[in-house]
Amino acid sequence: MRLHPLPIRLMHWTNAVTMIVMIASGWGIYDDFVIIHGSHFPEFLRLGSWAAPSLLWHFAGMWLLALNGLAYLVYGMATGRFRDRLLPIRLGELESTVRDTLHFKIEHGDLTVYNAVQKLLYLVVIIAGISQVVTGLLIWKPVQFSGWVALLGGFQAVRVEHFVGMAVIVAFLIVHVLLSILVPSTLWAMLSGGPRVRT
Amino acid sequence: MRSRFRPDKRPDPAVLDDHRALIRSLQRRKILRGGLSLGALNLLTGCDVSSSSSVGQALNLMSAWNDRVQAALFDPTKLAPTYPRSMILKPPKFNAYFDISDLKPVDGQTWKLELAGLISDKRPWTAERFARLPVSEMVIRHVCVEGWDYIGGWSGPTLKSFLERVGADLTAKYVAFKTADDYPSSIDMATALHPQTLLATRYAGDTLADPFGFPLRLRMATKLGYKNPKWITAIEVSNTYSGGYWESLGFNWFAGL
Repeated sequence: MRLHPLPIRLMHWTNAVTMIVMIASGWGIYDDFVIIHGSHFPEFLRLGSWAAPSLLWHFAGMWLLALNGLAYLVYGMATGRFRDRLLPIRLGELESTVRDTLHFKIEHGDLTVYNAVQKLLYLVVIIAGISQVVTGLLIWKPVQFSGWVALLGGFQAVRVEHFVGMAVIVAFLIVHVLLSILVPSTLWAMLSGGPRVRT
Repeated sequence: MRSRFRPDKRPDPAVLDDHRALIRSLQRRKILRGGLSLGALNLLTGCDVSSSSSVGQALNLMSAWNDRVQAALFDPTKLAPTYPRSMILKPPKFNAYFDISDLKPVDGQTWKLELAGLISDKRPWTAERFARLPVSEMVIRHVCVEGWDYIGGWSGPTLKSFLERVGADLTAKYVAFKTADDYPSSIDMATALHPQTLLATRYAGDTLADPFGFPLRLRMATKLGYKNPKWITAIEVSNTYSGGYWESLGFNWFAGL
């Protein structure tokens, strides 16, 4: 058994492409009516030359995001991967990891063990992904799911929540990509499967 | 005031102008009364900018698939939330594919609503006759595809009651609209029969003002803003898909909320 079995690698890279499509097309949609006054995403970062193609990309990509994400959640729970890799997260460990990181003591000798900060970040981004699918569905169908929209504060509130979810994922992506460049063996592991682990 | 609905970069308007003279000559020949479908007119005016590449074709196929998913998600008995009259925005927001300065008001005295397709009584309606129909009122949220919204108060006969009165085939697939601003539009029959789908003649209790579709516009609580044509001049019931103005430029057709 590898650290990253083949299904995980396939789902990871499918998700990587899908996330880029969803974020870049989402920026194209956002620019037509911005949430933060005066802020626009530059044209070269947007997928789609104007709203219509951006919307087409977004509403095509959503299927891949939701289905791939669902497969990942089912796989993670059925195989026990989430429990083995992401839990438990201990507060004390979290503190010491943050302290070590601030002193530039970053432990990455063993790729198969995630530190507390890694665990927390992966959990947060998984939850953010689920939240994006839910809030996206509510923005798409605010009448059919009007009860849920009211529960989350109304149509504009759900729009903002969808925007914040994007911001969380983008922030994660910046850290995630930077760290994988700093420690290239992690990147290689997501391509080749990485070291063998006991199951 | 510039409509925010217009994209910064619009497809070349020349593609629409190419056929404008032809359309005008067709209209002079009372083509609609002659029975040619609105869809054919749309084919003349429409252009599919995004279907030129294989990626564009795949995206359009996904959009067509999303039409079917949305039709399945649409619950004909589910009512959109309604709001107190005090929340009505006055005046509502102006929206069209042209600037408000280019608005060409419709003369209510000479206006006629023409009927075509699978309708048994195709006699055109005058404003005076139309005003005698029983009226429904709704205060609902308008949601634009761009993301903004407002609360509007609309009244007029339900499209359902009108279609029943003129003997339309309610088992047909589509209801299509032709407008004075050359903005063809079409919707599914299930939404046409929804109780919150009105042929609106009034806003916030007053006669509809020119910028907002006088004398007649469609107002649906269950679809995005661009699906609601203003300045309606003809209604056709049909089994032939005829798309619409923004749909031919790549916007999703069903666009249900």
